[in-house]
Amino acid sequence: MHMLNNHSIEHHLMAANHQQAARNRERLNACQVLCINVMSSPGAGKTALLQRTLQSLQPRYRMAVLEGDMTTQLDADRLATLNIPVVPITTGRCCHLDSRMVASGLTLLAEQVEPRDLDLLWIENVGNLVCPAEFEVGEHLKLAVLSVTEGDDKPLKYPVMFREADAVVISKIDLLPYLPVRLEVIRRHVRQINPHCAVFAVAALSGDGMDGWLAWVAAQQLALTAQRRSQPTLLATI
Amino acid sequence: MHEVDMTRCLIHALEEWRVAQPATPRIRTIHLLVGDFTCVEPSQLVFTFAAATQGTWLAGASLAIEPVPLRGRCLACGEVYQPDPARGYASPCCAHPMDEIVSGRELKIKRIDD
Repeated sequence: MHMLNNHSIEHHLMAANHQQAARNRERLNACQVLCINVMSSPGAGKTALLQRTLQSLQPRYRMAVLEGDMTTQLDADRLATLNIPVVPITTGRCCHLDSRMVASGLTLLAEQVEPRDLDLLWIENVGNLVCPAEFEVGEHLKLAVLSVTEGDDKPLKYPVMFREADAVVISKIDLLPYLPVRLEVIRRHVRQINPHCAVFAVAALSGDGMDGWLAWVAAQQLALTAQRRSQPTLLATI
Repeated sequence: MHEVDMTRCLIHALEEWRVAQPATPRIRTIHLLVGDFTCVEPSQLVFTFAAATQGTWLAGASLAIEPVPLRGRCLACGEVYQPDPARGYASPCCAHPMDEIVSGRELKIKRIDD
């Protein structure tokens, strides 16, 4: 008779993804590059926010973008006009970036630019409020973008994304006069789920509200380099 | 369909476990803990696992998924509560935001039966 053996193991289901994510983060840390993973539903304004953010920060920081897109290079083309290195990662039918795809993206990026010359790396994830929340890619910070046109209930409907976020940018606030949506309701819903994240309200096209968001990014970048400076220099391996 | 990628991660973990065994085991059941506050749909995971393991050493192994409820601790009074997503995530006792999550984020392989 076959004996039934029970093997008790405490293993995270996503360990394979997490391990690669940790290796990606080590590569970024070695070069002192702050990496922000930008996530939202499709059409929330990730690319517009990035365009405005890159334009504003370009005089201060050397930046690059890994651009996740399911089948096209449209977003990558929009950003390439800024003369910033953009590596498109076409995910095929995959609805999120995972750490393996980002590892390949980092390698391709290193062919375009010396990673140690960068200060900030932006990752524009695939438009999706569900899957990307569970897939770490090696980022330092997660940003969730929510446009006011999506309605104020979205944080409650996609709570994991808003819980995981280090910052939430509420976008398209220039459309608020035309919508039955209140900014304070969105904020309240985000806060219920995640009392610690930074919340900003912006209109990327007009530039309204961008200052607070940009100051936050600058503070995060400073925090990473200050933290790294106090540690022995690591060999850059990107 | 991120469950496909999660299944890939799961199979990867099981492969790692297998190579550490003296002989290739014939797995009957893999017990998983899946928190309610994750993006995983258990039935999708079962379906994709069955599809992905056909014709492999894992063929016929079944997934037993134990759901773990979302529970938060109210930092105002210390009470542990179970949020009702229809009513929001703040604590019902003090209306404090969901600060500490006690359970519900689990995505774990707990046990393998062979």
